[in-house]
Amino acid sequence: MTWLPPFPAVLGRSWRLVADFVVVACILAGFYCVATTARYWLGVATPVTRISLAPTALPAYAVYSLIRIAVAYFLSLILAIGYAYFAAHAPRLETFLIAVLDILQSIPVLSFLPGVMLTMIALFPTRQMGVELGAILLILTGQIWNMAFSFYSSLKSIPRELREAAIIYRYSPWQRFFELELPYGAIGLVWNSMVSVAGGWFFLMACEMFVLGKRDFRLPGLGSYLQTAASAGDTTAILWGIATMIGVVILIDQLVWRPLIAWSDKFKFETVESAPPPESPVLRLIRSSRALRMLRKRTLRPLGERLTKRFGRQPEGYSGQRTPGLWRWTLAALAAGAVPLVLYAAVRALLLLRGTTGGELLLILKGASATFFRVWAALLIGALWAVPAGVAIGSNPRLGRFAQPVAQILASVPATALFPVILLALIQLGGGLGAASILLMLLGTQWYILFNVIAGTMAIPSDLREAAGIFRFSRPDRWRIMLLPGIFPYLVTGLTTASGGAWNASIVAEYFSFKGRTLTTLGLGSQISSATDAGQFNVLLLCTIVMALVVVCINRLVWRPLYRLAETRYRLSG
Amino acid sequence: MSETIIDARAIEKFYASPEGKPIQVIAPTDISIHAGEIVALLGPSGSGKSTLLRILTGLSKPSAGQVLWHGQPFAESRANVSIVFQSFALFPWLTVLENVEAALKAKGMSAVERRKRSLRILDVVGLDGFEQAYPKELSGGMKQRVGMARAIVVEPEVMFMDEAFSALDVLTAENLRSELLDLWQSKRIPTRAIFIVTHNIHEAVSLADRIIVLGKNPGKVRTDFRVTMPHPRDEKAFEFSALVDHIYKVLTRPQEPAPVAAPAEALVTPKSDGAPQYQMLPHARPGGIAGLLEILAEREGPYEMHTLADELAFEIDDLLPIVDAGAMLGFLTVSEGKVEITAEGRRFADADITARKEIFRDLALARITLIRQITRALASKSDKTLSDEFFHDILDEHFSEEEARHQLDTAVHWGRYAELFDYDAAGGKFYIPEETETRIENGAGVGT
Repeated sequence: MTWLPPFPAVLGRSWRLVADFVVVACILAGFYCVATTARYWLGVATPVTRISLAPTALPAYAVYSLIRIAVAYFLSLILAIGYAYFAAHAPRLETFLIAVLDILQSIPVLSFLPGVMLTMIALFPTRQMGVELGAILLILTGQIWNMAFSFYSSLKSIPRELREAAIIYRYSPWQRFFELELPYGAIGLVWNSMVSVAGGWFFLMACEMFVLGKRDFRLPGLGSYLQTAASAGDTTAILWGIATMIGVVILIDQLVWRPLIAWSDKFKFETVESAPPPESPVLRLIRSSRALRMLRKRTLRPLGERLTKRFGRQPEGYSGQRTPGLWRWTLAALAAGAVPLVLYAAVRALLLLRGTTGGELLLILKGASATFFRVWAALLIGALWAVPAGVAIGSNPRLGRFAQPVAQILASVPATALFPVILLALIQLGGGLGAASILLMLLGTQWYILFNVIAGTMAIPSDLREAAGIFRFSRPDRWRIMLLPGIFPYLVTGLTTASGGAWNASIVAEYFSFKGRTLTTLGLGSQISSATDAGQFNVLLLCTIVMALVVVCINRLVWRPLYRLAETRYRLSG
Repeated sequence: MSETIIDARAIEKFYASPEGKPIQVIAPTDISIHAGEIVALLGPSGSGKSTLLRILTGLSKPSAGQVLWHGQPFAESRANVSIVFQSFALFPWLTVLENVEAALKAKGMSAVERRKRSLRILDVVGLDGFEQAYPKELSGGMKQRVGMARAIVVEPEVMFMDEAFSALDVLTAENLRSELLDLWQSKRIPTRAIFIVTHNIHEAVSLADRIIVLGKNPGKVRTDFRVTMPHPRDEKAFEFSALVDHIYKVLTRPQEPAPVAAPAEALVTPKSDGAPQYQMLPHARPGGIAGLLEILAEREGPYEMHTLADELAFEIDDLLPIVDAGAMLGFLTVSEGKVEITAEGRRFADADITARKEIFRDLALARITLIRQITRALASKSDKTLSDEFFHDILDEHFSEEEARHQLDTAVHWGRYAELFDYDAAGGKFYIPEETETRIENGAGVGT
């Protein structure tokens, strides 16, 4: 139950009225934004949009960017849930589908950019929608995997007796999904949604403005605003842009994520109440709005009732044990159709590689090792400052209260938005892109390490801390015996995520168009970017394959064994 | 005899081992449930109680044999059953009322009717006023009331209870049992039969009209008898404790020729007829065995197991593995529900910790096949190390995957206590530590 402070009666009544007004206003505003954007989307394609640097243009740009993020997020949410559900319920395809997920997760999203863009523009040659959809699709491919993975593992970890209860009480698949499976996965989905949307911002900032062959694409938005401002060296505009970005991030945090986290707390699978539940004033506002409550009672509830009646037909025998014949045949037909198509496409793709010369391959391998070292350097630097800082924040509640929100805001500002600005500063200082790109990778990924270390430190039981105090452990001993082993599993999680992020970031970090010239340094990421610009699809494909291979190998050879070690030796429970 | 609702004929359950050889967990068994009775299914862990319940409810299919519902094969008829689960299995995101309603919603009942019936049942089980509470706000006993309300509201013909009271404290469990009996006898619930799976002998004797006792490895019915004592049953009555005693006797009576302490020349004991006759380690820790021996050492002569269980507030699942392990090691003997400590056991109980370990080591090597196999296999390797996969493979031929894991876990505990070998969980490796190695070579009797 959410904790509600006592309101005086009169205030309580007017509060409700206010709540109603706010809610209605929000709905109207949302409608206006969507309508305007739709009109723009359906407008005639304007391949070279002029980006205005006036601060008055910023609200509109922010809305455009936001809508791109929102559309991509909802699409990827639905696809992720569908994919995970299918994988968990198709025992024969399960292993295959999860392996696919694992690999797709490791493929650098931005390599898809040219392909996706060209396809979309071909599909909607006369509408702005083509470019917009391309950008959305790109963000989507970056957002979907972790959500799908989270929902899949939730589905697989539903306790056996709950599943049996659903069978014995004859839940239809419909009811089972909405009353057991979706609620069970809700918390994981909410947290992963936050990660996904943050990742979405990261890539949106990069792909609102890009060059493809001879064509220069610009989508009006915050990302293109910041890039244009940096190119023009307009400091005022840069500051306005960053302020807007931070404002949007804080607004989303307060208006969307806090309420969602507070709301999803009821899906926590615990049998006894433990920690105090998270709170959100906005959620309280929504809950106390009479208008919304009426709406829910009049429309949503009867609708749900109807849908359950319509689709929730009881299974004849026990469900989940038999697949209907028709369904199975459809699946088989689909698979039979898909196999040759996939094979054909794969062969064509490989044929594309024929034109690659040995020199190119050598260069790619060199680039891969350069990026490899850069990624590890970024991880090392990140760990060097984030581990002590995280431990300090985690073990000192007073510091934590102050530092954690600040760090959260800093972390949610997409690093790509700051790239142009930082690059500008670095170049004025005379640093090269080689070192700068490490800094840029660090900027995007250090937070994963920091937040995981904070969480790990807070999870160390207080009796262990007290024991360390009583036995007067020296500082090195305290780290060696208690802190490092205690945070180890969390640190591994943080480093894994950071490593994946750093590889992806290399594509934007190692290659930069700036004030009309292109800055570049040797690396796999810069090769991907330059191949994109030059339209060299064979190089692009090869680079993508190499990067995916490297990331998958690192996952298998480094992170997975470390995970196993974390699970067996350094687990704090029992 | 009254009408038969569920009739299971010659049902068996196998699990496929990795080699494809089936491992039997339930031997051919007949079980029937009749209208108007409470049946209790008792058995030690590893007797397949839960598996049997899942077959009888249709949650899982028997590997052989069939289950009839009013004379019809189960698959074709719509069996009307419900289960009260050990872990309650409530949906934490639904309120008490919604949890109960959800079961009716699945039946396609209208919202109004659903609400009416659920409220009535909640009233019956004593949850008035808790309708809008969430499960996590309730105590264990209250949660299980919700579980019972949900099981009753669908008006099942047979209500199954899967160790429904074992997660509750003694007083709460007693309270819920008597309320259940009350509901049943006053016919305030339309349920026609109740099937209780339990490892609590008192629970079975105080509730059931019929008790079925299962043996283990593989599970099979050892006895099936009616209880005619009138309700309410007095635990102090002679009849009551005589019945408890009888069940202990049945449970401890050897069910197959005692495991032969074979000389075991080969690493894998050859089996005579393909039946799983591999010695099965009871899941008991050396510390528990030592504790039991200390208690027994203070008492002269054979000692009643149910008195022992009462004194220790143990249920059979707690006590039987320890007693079995003691018997297997030769520390005690069991007959007719009584345990008696042997000379070896007394020697063990009187010894200090180092001497105890030595006695344990000698007996374990001489009498426990798995311990001997692991020790010998390790000793034969130059690096004294072997992957646990190797032993898993051996055990997989005899036990289900889960049981094989339990067997290895137990072997690790015993081996560590005996200082014969150690196990590195992170690397999944068995190994002989340096100092142990010399001792084994110096004549702890490997390979004699």
